[in-house]
Amino acid sequence: MGKTMSEKILAHASGQENVAAGDIVWVDVDRAMMDDILGPRVEIAEKIKLLGDKVWDSKKVVIISDHYTPPASIKQAEIVKFTRDWAEKYGVEKYFEFAGPCHQVMAETGNVLPGSIVLGTDSHTCMGGALGAFASGVGSTEMLGILVTGKTWLKVPQTIRVEWKNQLAKGVTAKDISLKTIGEIGHAGATYKAVEYTGDTIHGLMMDERMAITNMAVEMGAKVGMMPVDEVTKEYLKGIGIEEYPIYQSDKDAEYCMEYCFDAEKLIPQVACPDGVDKVADAEDVSFTSVDQAYLGSCTGGRLNDIRQAAMLLKGRKISKNVRMLVSPASVNIWKAADEAGYLRILADAGAVILAPTCGVCVGLHSGLIASGETCISSSNRNFIGRMGSKEGRIFLGSPLTVAASAVTGRITDPRTLM
Amino acid sequence: MISKKGRALKYGDNINTDIISPPQYMELGIAEASAYAMQAADPEFPKRVKPGDIFVAENNLGSGSSRETSPLTLKYLGISCVVAKSFARIFYRNCINVGIPALECPQAGEIDDGDELEIDIEKGSIKNLTKADVYRCDVLPAHIMEIIHAGGMFEYLYKNLGNKRKDI
Repeated sequence: MGKTMSEKILAHASGQENVAAGDIVWVDVDRAMMDDILGPRVEIAEKIKLLGDKVWDSKKVVIISDHYTPPASIKQAEIVKFTRDWAEKYGVEKYFEFAGPCHQVMAETGNVLPGSIVLGTDSHTCMGGALGAFASGVGSTEMLGILVTGKTWLKVPQTIRVEWKNQLAKGVTAKDISLKTIGEIGHAGATYKAVEYTGDTIHGLMMDERMAITNMAVEMGAKVGMMPVDEVTKEYLKGIGIEEYPIYQSDKDAEYCMEYCFDAEKLIPQVACPDGVDKVADAEDVSFTSVDQAYLGSCTGGRLNDIRQAAMLLKGRKISKNVRMLVSPASVNIWKAADEAGYLRILADAGAVILAPTCGVCVGLHSGLIASGETCISSSNRNFIGRMGSKEGRIFLGSPLTVAASAVTGRITDPRTLM
Repeated sequence: MISKKGRALKYGDNINTDIISPPQYMELGIAEASAYAMQAADPEFPKRVKPGDIFVAENNLGSGSSRETSPLTLKYLGISCVVAKSFARIFYRNCINVGIPALECPQAGEIDDGDELEIDIEKGSIKNLTKADVYRCDVLPAHIMEIIHAGGMFEYLYKNLGNKRKDI
């Protein structure tokens, strides 16, 4: 029986010839990532003093202040300062601030490599699977253990194989693939498991699009969302100066606990309705819903291709006077690239407000919360009750195109009707 | 034997981390933020929870964020143990790591709010004293029981690293 890429990576990381789903293994961690909101301030800073008061390998630790940047209150400012000072005290040179949401910054800075174990104090760390890394979220105390030992225990997951075949139609995007998959598998349908996305549709996607899919694997409860390493992966890594890394691919006869097969040609724009990421509907079926805020951004839906798509749809159009559209590019690099390409100007001309790269809007911390009775259509990853502000507000998740189209009409809109 | 005895506070499916720890209050410390715990599901929760209570839910408890503030808040408010039909994986690990046993029990749906429970963690049994019934729950694997016995991941690390490394 062959092995899945997850089994191969975990075998290597635990120094064993072979491991199989269900085994408990102690792995060496390649990158330990902390953010500001759940990093050193929670449990870690106080307790590490009693555990040797140093990190096991400062070169393998990355700290990114992204949730509370720019700070909206003195308390938030104090947390960012604390995080910055902590990084310096413990010799962590890979410290980023105001650079963008951590998962995008991790990828851009070459801290997520194929075959590596990347653990971070944010659940969407699983995005790194788009680059073939075994990447997953952990809590702060678990991070404390990793920081002092460089290791943690993992149960080798079973894998669900999700195959997408054929080409996407015009107006349909990777985000729709992501939402459709979650709608089928369910909010807890992949709990404890690895999800492996494959098929010619996936191989045909650029890295920006792939990341929008693996980012949301946790919304099905998955431990990791993996994608095979191919030419697109290699090109992306070459673009940031990285050419050497191990490649682990799933064997043809690897064992999967479940298999799904979807036809991309038949897919139409999807939205996740309040208050569940798996409450997925065709966008055209909820087009009666009026929106107050349209959000284009986050580690899921704020990459250059997302901004490009929204700009192409909004070029020469104006957003509805009843809608405020907020745009937060997923990193400073993306902000600059979108500016150079003229996309930000197009969005601003249409009436959108361009924000700093930040996690703030997605998780209701600053820069654009919603009030009671308001509805937001968002290209981000989670629509739990109260997440973006008032618990009496409503959040729909859709693709960047659906967000842009909805901003124009003032109600949830299938973008194909405007293309 | 590790046993927990207490009153059940019972909730349904998909009690996620945004409900347990609303993100807007996370800049506060655990003590202050705990006043807002479970706001979207049960605003009375912080007032009605008493030390020793057992938090019971149905499917997919703790889905969403990796925020350890969720189990830390439950711990701060006095929750001694968490029982659910199923757990989201990061929340599950976080509960264990902060020293709250997390037990999967397929019959958790039969428990009602206010029922008195007595749990034998090593045997994997939950006695419902109110309903005079007994349910099976998961027996935790040995490596997790070691963490539970120590009182949490920090205590486990303190004990083990302290024994092995003279510089700690």
